[in-house]
Amino acid sequence: MVIKQISVFIENKKGRLADVTNVLANENINIKALSLADTSDFGILRMIVDEIEKAIYSLKQAGFIVKETDVLAVEVEDKPGGLNSILQKFKEYNIDIAYMYAFVESLNSNALLVFKVSDIDKAIKVLNQE
Amino acid sequence: MIWNTEIETADRAKLNNIQSERLLTLIRRVYNNNDFYREKFKKARVKPSDIKSIEDIVKLPFTSKVEMINGYPYGLLSVDKKYVVEIHSSSGTTTKPVSSCYTANDIELWSEVMARSLTACGVTAKDTIQNAYGYGLFTGGFGFHYGARKIGANLIPVSGGNTKRQLMIMQDFGTDILACTPSYSLHIADVAKETGVDFSKLQLRAGVFGAEPWTESMRNEIQSKLSIKAYDIYGLTEIIGPGVAIECEYLNGLHIFEDVFYPEVIDPKTGELLPPGSQGELVLTTLTREATPVIRYRTRDIVTVNYDKCKCGRTHVKMSKVVGRTDDMLIIRGVNVFPSQIEEVLLKFEETEPHYQLIVNRKSNLDCLEVYVEMTERLFSDEIKEIQESERKIENELYNVLNLKAKVTLVQPGYIKRTDGKAQRIIDKRNFN
Repeated sequence: MVIKQISVFIENKKGRLADVTNVLANENINIKALSLADTSDFGILRMIVDEIEKAIYSLKQAGFIVKETDVLAVEVEDKPGGLNSILQKFKEYNIDIAYMYAFVESLNSNALLVFKVSDIDKAIKVLNQE
Repeated sequence: MIWNTEIETADRAKLNNIQSERLLTLIRRVYNNNDFYREKFKKARVKPSDIKSIEDIVKLPFTSKVEMINGYPYGLLSVDKKYVVEIHSSSGTTTKPVSSCYTANDIELWSEVMARSLTACGVTAKDTIQNAYGYGLFTGGFGFHYGARKIGANLIPVSGGNTKRQLMIMQDFGTDILACTPSYSLHIADVAKETGVDFSKLQLRAGVFGAEPWTESMRNEIQSKLSIKAYDIYGLTEIIGPGVAIECEYLNGLHIFEDVFYPEVIDPKTGELLPPGSQGELVLTTLTREATPVIRYRTRDIVTVNYDKCKCGRTHVKMSKVVGRTDDMLIIRGVNVFPSQIEEVLLKFEETEPHYQLIVNRKSNLDCLEVYVEMTERLFSDEIKEIQESERKIENELYNVLNLKAKVTLVQPGYIKRTDGKAQRIIDKRNFN
């Protein structure tokens, strides 16, 4: 399924990540998943949140640069080989992965994988083939 | 040693006569042959007949850098184009450059003042000069070339860059005199150290350094690292190139060749002439240039001038090293950089007014420019490689425009501090004092 992810530009400096989470906490926004990509100069915080519009609005109000991106979310059973079966298909069909991260939902014990891929529609088709 | 004893040691009265006579001729000539100056004089309600001696120069209007830029390429030409034998230009790029055209007599004048300059630095016909100033439109390479030819020295036109080859040539040909920018000389010293070249064992005796501001502490460093005497030379494309002023062996000020380049020091705010010894903006008039004479050109360089007699015997006025600029132009590795040029480049990448900061530093004796740009929604991406790609693109575009490598770093909005809404645009960490 396609879900909305928000990305926030942060400097690679002490306390910057906490500045972002502080905004979200004050607005009572729940972070469902996140990943942080960083270089020596800057980082990109990518998040799946429960109230995306509110999150974007409040982060922009606080002076952050925010971007909304469509990403692919795939639910797999939390057991060995779950991720591998997906990656093998992407490999077979030449789908590039720009980045990915994963989180486990405690309720149904399934793992949720988040992918930014070169062709999201093709990726969905490939995964729905069986 | 003095190249032109008659002129360089002439007493004040004689110099005054030469200056007055030349100014009168110059004003009549440009009034008749140059629309730009004629219009300027008319606006200022000055006629050639109002100029009776050099003191009357204050009646004439100033010429600004902007006017010189607007005059590009041939707008300030005062002779028929067929008499032009050579053209040089400043490093301007987004804004148009400043061009300087030379007649055969102008080249002869240039050779003369450069011969005087090199002689003041102790150069003779017996010496081998390694000219590591860039050859091309930049005036540095050719100015030294003509001066060295004039005195009959052995000139090696190696041009800038390729430091290992510079060191090889220095050793193989037994270079006596090095000519380059002061920062490049220290870079050569660093490379020499890495490659095990010992300057104290080389023939090298002196260096003639210019095209960028440098300090006394830098002089000490150059003199000790290269085991040479380091002379400061001053010049600018608008006037002729290098050879406007030179240090003599006493190294305490630069003699301005005032029989041909008439200096004034003004208050940059009011434009009023300041008494000798005051610090102010240097204004220069080319008394004998033919192709592109310049009248009361505001150099924007801050100096003090001193009319005291120099022990070297020269009577020409001495100016201090340039202590600053009246505007925000930066000189980085001999390249003129205006913040407005950088702003123009950034505007191509962002829709709104860019927030940026320039940081100039001197690392291992080479000037370097860093540009901090605040991130915008347009530049932001959820992928690192795309952000880095944007940084590279801005760097490439800056290089195209400035002809200078700059490191671009995208920073968070608000990173650049504003006071009263104005961002601090420039941080120059180089120390010129």
